[in-house]
Amino acid sequence: MTSRPAAAAPHGTREGVSVLAEDVVRRFGDRVVLDHLRLEIPASEFVVLLGPSGCGKTTLLRLLAGLDQPDGGTVTVPRARAIVFQGARLLPWQRVWQNVTIGLYGHDAKPTALSVLAEVGLSARAGAWPKTLSGGEAQRVALARALVSDPALVLLDEPFAALDAITRLRMHDLVRALRRQHNATMLLVTHDVDEAIALADRIMIMRDGRIGSEHRVELSSQDRTRGLGREELRADLLVEIGVSSGG
Amino acid sequence: MSTSPAGGVTALPAAYRTQRPGAPGPGAAPAATALEVFAPAARRSGWPGRLLAHVRSPLGIYTVPLLIGVLWQIASWQGWIGPEFAASPAQIFAAGVSLWREGLLGPDIAISLTRAGEGFALGLVAGTVAATLAGLWRGGEQAFNGVVQILNTIPLLALLPVMIVWFGIGEESKVLLISIGAGVPIYLNLFAAIRGVDQGLIEMAVAAGASRRRLVRRLLLPGALPGFLVGLRFALAYSVLGLVAAEQVNANSGIGFMINQAQTYDRVDEIYLGLVIYAVLGLTADQVVRIFERVLLTWRPAYTGA
Repeated sequence: MTSRPAAAAPHGTREGVSVLAEDVVRRFGDRVVLDHLRLEIPASEFVVLLGPSGCGKTTLLRLLAGLDQPDGGTVTVPRARAIVFQGARLLPWQRVWQNVTIGLYGHDAKPTALSVLAEVGLSARAGAWPKTLSGGEAQRVALARALVSDPALVLLDEPFAALDAITRLRMHDLVRALRRQHNATMLLVTHDVDEAIALADRIMIMRDGRIGSEHRVELSSQDRTRGLGREELRADLLVEIGVSSGG
Repeated sequence: MSTSPAGGVTALPAAYRTQRPGAPGPGAAPAATALEVFAPAARRSGWPGRLLAHVRSPLGIYTVPLLIGVLWQIASWQGWIGPEFAASPAQIFAAGVSLWREGLLGPDIAISLTRAGEGFALGLVAGTVAATLAGLWRGGEQAFNGVVQILNTIPLLALLPVMIVWFGIGEESKVLLISIGAGVPIYLNLFAAIRGVDQGLIEMAVAAGASRRRLVRRLLLPGALPGFLVGLRFALAYSVLGLVAAEQVNANSGIGFMINQAQTYDRVDEIYLGLVIYAVLGLTADQVVRIFERVLLTWRPAYTGA
């Protein structure tokens, strides 16, 4: 974990398959949370994993992040990866920019951190203590911390769940902008159907410890917020995750 | 809306009313809603307000000890406390002045401070090193935890005879006794603080690619700092306790020796003088750690009391 591949390497992995999970099994006691799950994500794709709470989304994400090991099957992910958690998880005793450099080495760590903080619009707060940040600002620092290592894969575990609706919409814009800039593969886990439609190239629905169904989202950014296509997709997704039973 | 008189309520559909069992029925008097208004906190302007703010607690935490001293003095003047039980603060002060003039008090304080300081320093270093090793490595935990728990349970006074047998009645036995008193709370608090650092933060740092060394420097040690400062406060108090234990039994100098002498010659004022000096030492030590806390823990959002 001490060294990251040279700058050229992650770009090399941005072709072909970025994430491959085959036959993955994870049990907690008697409960089978992931049941021979298969997941394949091509490089640079934005995949949203949708499902009700307790369906194993976070378990899968932790396996992909390397924070947990599977009981069966294999997981292949790029070495250069980053994860954004549900809470910002900032070190309260480090200034904002120091929080961003936690996994960064070399003498240009600080300028790099400052430039990423500028990307998320937090240049002015770089020297602040985390306790003075709002919820949205803290989560933007967490995003900056993930992106600063130039990862090939970014895993997002319901990062905006605790934010208010307006802040969440701003964060969606930010994530889209960051994605254009960094061109990383992104996997976002959420239970929010609107968030999934707003961001995804492909939406996967998790059910019974597996990927139940998939939807490719080919809507323009305009059509993602309103229009018939969006409403149809939304209705389908709600049925599939089991919120409404009607067709 | 629901507080409007009967006419407005009856106009609502029946279903609406049945859903709100708490709502006043038709004809019931509208309940007055208790309100709370928030405005900028009143700033004390002008000298009466500022004076009042000072009067309430003019000397911070020293207020109550000083107040006790004043009441004590009054009680002595009134003859409520006999001089054979307790000297008045004025007498204690006078005893201090006269002992100082005789050149007896200064050296005693100096030798006591040296003992406490050396013992504290030794305990601080040993406790910090052992707790860091034990906190970071399970091997260290297995090596030190048992011994420290034993030392934590044995009273300092009970250890004194062993110290004297091993190290004689010189300074070594006293300094070592104090160092045990100081080292144990440092160890226990720092160890618990390192192990208590938020798992979520550790997971985050590992996922972000932080090396083991960086994990220790940026996360575990700063995260354990609040706990360490709690241990430091106990350690300072316990080194004064250890000092008392060591000096009461065999010493020919120091505050404890002074108290023993005073007891032999029935000088109540000098006994109290010794106690007051110990008290001042304890209070000063605590204040020093509080300053450390204020400087080192600025990042911490803390409840400062209402």
